[in-house]
Amino acid sequence: MSGSDEVWKVNRERDAQRETFESNLPKKGPIGEALAPVAGFGVSLRNFFRPTVTEQYPKVKVPTMPRYHGRHQLNRHPDGLEKCIGCELCAWACPADAIYVEADSNTPDHQVSPGERYGRVYQINYLRCIFCGLCIEACPTRALTMTNEYELAGPTREGLIYEKQDLLAPMGENMLAAPHPMVPGTTDGSYYRQEVDGPVEEQVAWVREHRPDDPTLPENRGKEPVEDDAPREERYTSPQHAAGAMGSARLGYMGGGKL
Amino acid sequence: MTATADKPAAEVVDTVTLTIDGTEVTVPKGTLIIRAAEQVGIEIPRFCDHPALKPAGACRQCLVDVASPAGPEGKLRAFPKPQASCTMTVTEGMVVNTQHTSEEADRAQKGVMELLLINHPLDCPVCDKGGECPLQNQAMSHGRPESRFVDVKRVFEKPLALSSEILLDRERCVLCQRCTRFSKEIAGDAFIDLQNRGAQQQIGTFDEDVLDFDGYRPVGAATVDEAGKAFSSYYSGNTVQICPVGALTSAAYRFRSRPFDLVSSPSIAEHDSSGSAIRIDHRRGKILRRLAENDPVVNEDWISDKDRFAFAWQNLSDRLTRPLVRKDGELVETSWPEALAAAAAGIKAATAADDEGASRGAAVLTGGRVTLEDAYAYQKLARVVLGTNDVDFRARTASDEEQAFLGSQVAGTGLGVTFGELEKAPAVLLVGFEPEDEGGVVFLRLRKSLGRQRVAAVAPFLSRGAEKLGATLVPAAPGREAAVLAELPEDVRDALSQPGAVVVLGERAAEAPGAFVAAQELASSTGARLAWIPRRAGERGAVEAGALPGLLPGGRTATLKGARDVVAKAWGVDALPSAKGRDTAGILKAAAEGAIGALVVGGVSASDLAGDVSAALEATGFVVSLEVRRSEIAEAADVVLPVAPPSEKPGTFVNWEGRLRGFATAIRTDAMPDHRVLDLLAREWGVELGTGTVEAVNAELAALGAADAAHRPAAPKARAARNPRPKKGTAVLATWHQLVDEGALQDGEPYLAGTGRVAVARMSAATAAALGDAVSVEVSTEAGAVELPLVVTDGMVDGVVWVPVKSPGSWVARDLRATAGAVVSVKGAA
Repeated sequence: MSGSDEVWKVNRERDAQRETFESNLPKKGPIGEALAPVAGFGVSLRNFFRPTVTEQYPKVKVPTMPRYHGRHQLNRHPDGLEKCIGCELCAWACPADAIYVEADSNTPDHQVSPGERYGRVYQINYLRCIFCGLCIEACPTRALTMTNEYELAGPTREGLIYEKQDLLAPMGENMLAAPHPMVPGTTDGSYYRQEVDGPVEEQVAWVREHRPDDPTLPENRGKEPVEDDAPREERYTSPQHAAGAMGSARLGYMGGGKL
Repeated sequence: MTATADKPAAEVVDTVTLTIDGTEVTVPKGTLIIRAAEQVGIEIPRFCDHPALKPAGACRQCLVDVASPAGPEGKLRAFPKPQASCTMTVTEGMVVNTQHTSEEADRAQKGVMELLLINHPLDCPVCDKGGECPLQNQAMSHGRPESRFVDVKRVFEKPLALSSEILLDRERCVLCQRCTRFSKEIAGDAFIDLQNRGAQQQIGTFDEDVLDFDGYRPVGAATVDEAGKAFSSYYSGNTVQICPVGALTSAAYRFRSRPFDLVSSPSIAEHDSSGSAIRIDHRRGKILRRLAENDPVVNEDWISDKDRFAFAWQNLSDRLTRPLVRKDGELVETSWPEALAAAAAGIKAATAADDEGASRGAAVLTGGRVTLEDAYAYQKLARVVLGTNDVDFRARTASDEEQAFLGSQVAGTGLGVTFGELEKAPAVLLVGFEPEDEGGVVFLRLRKSLGRQRVAAVAPFLSRGAEKLGATLVPAAPGREAAVLAELPEDVRDALSQPGAVVVLGERAAEAPGAFVAAQELASSTGARLAWIPRRAGERGAVEAGALPGLLPGGRTATLKGARDVVAKAWGVDALPSAKGRDTAGILKAAAEGAIGALVVGGVSASDLAGDVSAALEATGFVVSLEVRRSEIAEAADVVLPVAPPSEKPGTFVNWEGRLRGFATAIRTDAMPDHRVLDLLAREWGVELGTGTVEAVNAELAALGAADAAHRPAAPKARAARNPRPKKGTAVLATWHQLVDEGALQDGEPYLAGTGRVAVARMSAATAAALGDAVSVEVSTEAGAVELPLVVTDGMVDGVVWVPVKSPGSWVARDLRATAGAVVSVKGAA
């Protein structure tokens, strides 16, 4: 008999001495014992009479909790200037490396945000984002917040990298689309302290002079093309619109003698 | 710290022993407390202190408790208040307690930090320095977590553009004066300074409004330089790098990225022959900025603005990424195999014997910007595959005298005069070399010895750079340098007789017949050493590699059979071509006459050449161009092969000292270096060039070694100097490149271009008077004319007009087809 056989034998003897398992649950009565084999069906039976929890998504969309971490949004000041200054603190804070920012200088001909700096490129990669919200905490101008939008799926990888125009908040009722100058006599500090509550006449005049067809001008607000029946917000945030506005403005800026 | 590298090891120094935070340390006498603390690994916070600048004690952040022995018994006596450790030198037995061991010092430092932050705006999110800011870091480590300041901060207009490149944000400034001290002590361009007092104290240009003259305004206009710009310095970018806060930023890098975005790769600057160590910071394959790296033996802490800011050229829209082949008169993109086959077939056809048995040869031009390895591959291709000695790297004036000098004195001689020796030289004579415009950091090294060094310049006038070196002018009209060198003033000759004196020869020494011979005679009669400082980064490497018509690698002369046999054996070929090669001008002339069948051109700007490039390209049967961008020559070529810019390839620049400055690939792309492309091209002939990798080329170069004395070319022989006598209405042309100009490697960088000096024509008062009341001068030759504003220059040689080579409005080679020493017509214009 080898050593291992000996060990085996001793172990088996020990097994035999072990106490049998006893549950702490209350013991069932005799009826319970008898019905035990079909007791599981009771769970199903009980739920027949309970209210249903199945959500009819996507036919019926249930609101999330108010602080649900959904898609990001880049906010605007009340006069339409962007709050984002392109400081990249969100990208710095991001544990998933989902945010890419490139900043640029505001110029008198191309003032996108209050102050000297604005975010020229802003991308969030929703294939990487873990919706932790650290970017929101890092944002020094409260430009970046999260919405409750959770429908973030798509057929392509490229489509899930959201560009700046996809993330920008829709234009509010009185807002004037950027770029346009700051409210005269204010600083970026005034904007931060919420002392600006809407576009002033000088800003409207500037936009009227440089982009007379801008749909956010007061006189153009009613005159939308009839065939375009998409909701207002979607039009303003659609990539084509934003790219067009940016493109023409950039050309003017290049011709402005900066380079 | 920076100077120790050149010191001989066995130098006896007095030492002092002191105690810092309980650690005993022995340092040389005269060391500052802050440096002594560094040696024992104790970090004292600081802003104004910089090892390369003189102590200022401006920021007061480095306060420490100091006690030193005093009185007859040598009892330790503590200073009543904390002392600035960056201005106080150590003494024997001193006891220093830093913030780590002294509560008093810690309290003092925290107090200073709080005061510095009172007026510092909280705009870190928009500040370029954010993330790499000493103030930010030290506020985190030594500052208060909450500010107690409740009042309104001081505000200034922001930013103030000191130049198109350098922007000053005075709100952020902590008045450490690193920038003004750099400008005064190192660069000598004191255009900015402290002004005003108290809370309104600020750095600024000499602005009368800020200085508040209050009726004491000068009658005349305040002095401005000819550029009309406020902060005109070739070294201004260094102030941005040493600024400990975000007060000085560069327009080129403004808001471009954050330090955590950047990948840093060490590299070597490709703009001048100094081989300055730089750091390339790039993001997603795009270079965003370049910084100076500390290299104590070469560039110390500084680089020129050209090295720092001129990097956009390689990623402009005309960058070549795929080979181009001319089909039906149009250049179309093709695959590499097709392009290489087309290039080889074209060269073979163009150089094949015609019906009468006569054949036209091939020639190779490399522009002096390529690396050692590339230059080696070009000349090996010429000699092994194309069977010609027609290869030249000099896209500038060249002479046989220069080639003989390079072969006998420069090639394969290893490390010659070094930066350190140049700095310590008691006397320096500059011949055909403008220290600031053509030298870059060479100028900073010379200026470091201001007051200890006698500098003399053989030049038509004393340039601003030479003036800042305190140089004396040895007046010489262009072309007359040799005669002037032979009859140097006695005091200059005496100064050069001191041991360690150096005669510097620039690339323009080739423009003066006999200058090399005269310089050699001067060197042998005075004992001064010769240093050849070319302008372009690849020139010394090309000399070593033998990319010259009369020179094989290692300084072997191509006309000696013995020398050729050594190289032929090493290369495994039967024989090397023995026919005498032509230099760049000769090649272009022969090509224009239709005597060249095929031309291989790499890295040459057509506008740098005084010869008729378009005629040469037209008359040449087949042109292959290796280029980074679609240059003029590439547009006219039959096959264009794209090559990598220096940041995308490994390689070696040999700087003017003869020091090998190897660099690795900073950004990995699929672009191939020239030597690899040439290796692939040679395979079309069935020849293994063996230049596929940097390692292979360097192994070959090492195996070849330097030439035996017998295989070197003879020293240059004297040649009668031309003695141009300008007639009425003409003048002798003097010209050189300004550091910041319209060179091809400075394209795409408008902010840097704005810091360049405006192009002017310079003349002496007498020469200008002959033009009448002229405001501007039209300088013309048969080929064309340039018109520039006239500046009358004191002490300039009569009968000479100076214009910059390639500055805005003054492209001498392209528009005048003339080089220095030519007689040009001058006409005044009101």
